Amino acid sequence: MTGLRRLLAWLALPAALIGLTGCSGESEPRPLTVVGWGGSSQEAHRRAYWQSFTRATGIRLQEDTWHGGVGVIRTKVLGGDTSWDVVQVETEDLILGCEEGLFEPLEWSSLGGRDAFIPTAVHDCGVGAMLWSYLIGWDGDRIEGPGPRTWADFWDVERFPGRRGMRRTPKYTLEFALMADGVPASQVYPTLRTPAGIDRAFRKLDALKPNVVWWSSISQVPDLLGSGEVAMSVTSPGRLIVANRTEGRNFRVSWDGNIYAVDYWVILSNSPRKAEAAQLLRHMTLPENQMRLPQYIPTGLTSRRAGELIDPRLRLDTPSDPNNMTNALELDANFWVEYGDQLTQRFNAWLAH
Amino acid sequence: MTQAEPLAPDAAFVAFADVGKSYDGGRAAVCGLNLSVRKGEFLTLLGPSGSGKTTTLMMLAGFEAPTEGDIRMEGRSLRGRPPHKRNMGVVFQNYALFPHMNVAQNVQFPLQVRGLRGDAAQAKVEAALELVDLGGLGGRRPDQLSGGQRQRVALARALVFEPDLVLMDEPLGALDRQLRERLQVEIKRIQRRLGVTVIYVTHDQAEALTLSDRIVVFAGGVVQQVGTPEAIYERPENAFVAGFVGENNGLDGIVTARDGATCEVRIAGDLLVRATAVGDIGPGDAVVTTIRPEHVETGTEIGTLCNRFAACVDDVAYHGDHSRLRAILPGGAALTIRTQNGSAPGGSDRLTIGWCADRCLAFPAGRVNGGGA
Amino acid sequence: MPGSPIEPAAGRRRSGAKRGWTFALVAPLLLFLAIGFLAPVLLMMARGVTDHELATAWPLTAEALREWDGRGLPDDGLARILGTEMRASRQAATLNLVANRLNYDRVGSRSLVYATAAAIEEGAPAESVADLARIDPRWGEPAQWATMRHAAGPLTSFYLLASVDRRLNADGRIERVEPEQAVFVEILLRTFKISAVVALLCALLGYPVAYLLASLPARWANPLLILVLLPFWTSALVRTTAWVVLLQTEGVLNNLLLDVGLIEAPLALVYNRIGVYIAMTHVLLPFLVLPLYGVMKSIPAAEMRAASSLGATPAAAFLKVYFPQTVPGLAAGMIIVFTLALGYYITPALVGGGGDQMLSGSIAFYTNQTLNWGMAAALSLLLLLPLALMLFAGRYLVRTVPA
Repeated sequence: MTGLRRLLAWLALPAALIGLTGCSGESEPRPLTVVGWGGSSQEAHRRAYWQSFTRATGIRLQEDTWHGGVGVIRTKVLGGDTSWDVVQVETEDLILGCEEGLFEPLEWSSLGGRDAFIPTAVHDCGVGAMLWSYLIGWDGDRIEGPGPRTWADFWDVERFPGRRGMRRTPKYTLEFALMADGVPASQVYPTLRTPAGIDRAFRKLDALKPNVVWWSSISQVPDLLGSGEVAMSVTSPGRLIVANRTEGRNFRVSWDGNIYAVDYWVILSNSPRKAEAAQLLRHMTLPENQMRLPQYIPTGLTSRRAGELIDPRLRLDTPSDPNNMTNALELDANFWVEYGDQLTQRFNAWLAH
Repeated sequence: MTQAEPLAPDAAFVAFADVGKSYDGGRAAVCGLNLSVRKGEFLTLLGPSGSGKTTTLMMLAGFEAPTEGDIRMEGRSLRGRPPHKRNMGVVFQNYALFPHMNVAQNVQFPLQVRGLRGDAAQAKVEAALELVDLGGLGGRRPDQLSGGQRQRVALARALVFEPDLVLMDEPLGALDRQLRERLQVEIKRIQRRLGVTVIYVTHDQAEALTLSDRIVVFAGGVVQQVGTPEAIYERPENAFVAGFVGENNGLDGIVTARDGATCEVRIAGDLLVRATAVGDIGPGDAVVTTIRPEHVETGTEIGTLCNRFAACVDDVAYHGDHSRLRAILPGGAALTIRTQNGSAPGGSDRLTIGWCADRCLAFPAGRVNGGGA
Repeated sequence: MPGSPIEPAAGRRRSGAKRGWTFALVAPLLLFLAIGFLAPVLLMMARGVTDHELATAWPLTAEALREWDGRGLPDDGLARILGTEMRASRQAATLNLVANRLNYDRVGSRSLVYATAAAIEEGAPAESVADLARIDPRWGEPAQWATMRHAAGPLTSFYLLASVDRRLNADGRIERVEPEQAVFVEILLRTFKISAVVALLCALLGYPVAYLLASLPARWANPLLILVLLPFWTSALVRTTAWVVLLQTEGVLNNLLLDVGLIEAPLALVYNRIGVYIAMTHVLLPFLVLPLYGVMKSIPAAEMRAASSLGATPAAAFLKVYFPQTVPGLAAGMIIVFTLALGYYITPALVGGGGDQMLSGSIAFYTNQTLNWGMAAALSLLLLLPLALMLFAGRYLVRTVPA
């Protein structure tokens, strides 16, 4: 009897402590929270959208940053953490998160209808935020003349001596390898869906492997190119062009055979402020607001109307310029959702041998 | 200032010649040290802390290098010879046993580094442990031993390789009084039996008197006196030695007259004391006269003594076999008196005390052998 | 209590109460650990050996699969149940659970599930295995059904086998995966090798540093200690960027060596294993120096003097007296470094090459990118088991030498 009572007392003590701490918190509602990828892209969103949004609506915004991975969001939503409302996600994260119900389905009518956007920017759970691409970049001060143009040039270490920077993932890398091997953009994913196509991509990679420096963060690329560690690198153009503008560098890019993809805005399904979040999405997708974005970062636009109205000079360094779409390939996120585990495993095994 | 040794320097086992040590050019820790150690003797370096005795020992062991002078052993200079080539056993105050080895391994260590292994080494280790009464404890670890046992291990370790010289740096300082006294007896017994030369550092004058063949008294980095325990106790050469070794009463005064070896000193209350003059003192000099408590008489025979005074007893402390009285002279000076119990005049708070001039020494006041003096 | 013959019962009661108090003092922490640490870890680990996706989305199919003997193709009853449940789960939006789970084991299963469910929804018959095979021929392959059966739960060996490059074949036997897919054993061994080398490098570099710190007076030791701790206070990104600047082809070190004429062509010091060793050793060095410094500080200077006076040369005194006493600190430091190094993946990702990635990188990939938490859990278990052995060995090693 006393034993039981003592046991209850032990149990009650921590419970009481938890009760005490549980009383505080959630008293002050937090501001609407929007989560971007940091760096120059977040800076651009802030200046193009977020400041004017608070001015126009009076709704205060709070910023956070992350580096992708739907696992982060899954942990938050399943764990009852309601600290994020609007998040910028990549396509695969969008697909997986939407299937799992981590994202709120969008009301497209309030965004101006699905037809107001380019087709890839439209998804049940997300609306395109920006259009970006991976392509060949190099330092114009180190490679004179016209420089490399195609992926075949990228593979050609005779004509362009020096190492190559590539992202340490099978994603993009296998596609580029097939294009370098002469597979036309339209046939890249059909080829990759066959075992022979995968073998072909890895065989092509074998040829370049001794010359590759594998980077893991896009922020490494300007340093790798600028220091001459690599002669050319897979890169997204934004950072290099920003470096040209702000640091007087002479980085150059070739759009031939670029892979482009869309980032999306999503609203988390456990957001306590879904109405305000939808308001923010509307604000960020209005053509007149989107047109401001390329002033701050070279990116393609998802709103058709904004793409037509934009100053052609601002379009020059973006996937929105039709001239940049020669042999371009849209990233097939469904392929990577399906093959990601297997190919990453094989890619890592290949890297180690 | 230091003592001329009766022994010729080249006949000495260990000889310090004008040795000095100072740190970073600061005050000298040891200064002008000349000292000869005879083979087989038990020599104690005695002094208060900071007097230079430990520095002297460390220079001999090779852990410190003299900044002046030279130390010779059997006629050869020790300069530049590292500690491990000096063949001296050192016993440290905190034992410095190796905690990761058991007792036998600790004792075997000096044999092991000398390449001695096997049964011969084993036998020596066992003999050394027997010598210090630790037979059978070879398997214990140091942290399983008492303080006294640890010190015995340290002693065995310092003796097992039959060193030319054993140095002990306050080895009993961390032990309680009873244990200390027991170990003193043992150390002396072992030293006699082995005939090994021991240089022993202590600040405990009683320990020094008990153990030593000779004592070297240090103060302020300078040797004050070198001599047998009896000479140091009975015939101190200056006021510092007189006060530091054994208990002593000191009476400040001025010399009024000198007659050969004796002099007359006026102390507080215009009392005149006849004393034996030590050193170069004459009328008008300020002196300290000393008289040991056991030399102050209170019995009936004081009528024959040249120094007699009426005093009142301030305090009596009973010590079993004797008592200690505190007596105040008419001038206010206080004396400690030691009386055999049973012979002391009981009850009265007034008594007459007296002492003989032979027992009473007059030293120049404030003179301690100092640095460079 | 032994040795107190009087009132042993009272004694026991007192000591029981005392133990109760001790427990009460740490109870909040224990509760916190249990709720905040142990429970999530165990739950996560459980994902490595359980399969619940299929049983959640298609409970009747899962049950039927478990009853099926697994030979060849199942009977049409199972196909009928599957058809019904596929349609239902498409409406309940739980298809993705099964689709992703089956896709882990057999690539293509994801689109197979979605396409089949869509076809059934549109009215295609699904009354027999043959019906399903008409929708997609893969339903006619025993391997596809074996994959389904392996996922029926509740327990599974799939993830654990996959984490050691093994799998169950259609006959239920364990076989190796194709060589080009076999990667985890190699990454695991590499992870251990890198961690061991880093621990060794830390020991070689850190031991003299700790010795210097322990033997210097405090006024010199403290500023030096702060220098040693500096890596703690810089972010991983800044630190690795600094190493890149120093070590790259046209970096500070290579240029210096070229200018001095020691080398004729730049050395490859980064984006390879050397870079990983250098950067990880730098970051982890404090974890070795600190425990070692603590142990060294506790060794009295008199012991070295004693050894020397007893006839030991400085080298012998160091080897026989000093070094053995520092072994517990050294072992503790190396175990900490080794353990922490096992979990590294950002530093190897930034300064390593293709063949220098570590197991935690794979765990992070499955946790964050593809949400294959079963695989992440199995790989964590793979990392955890040898680690536990290591700590056990370390405890033994430390205990043999009392401090």
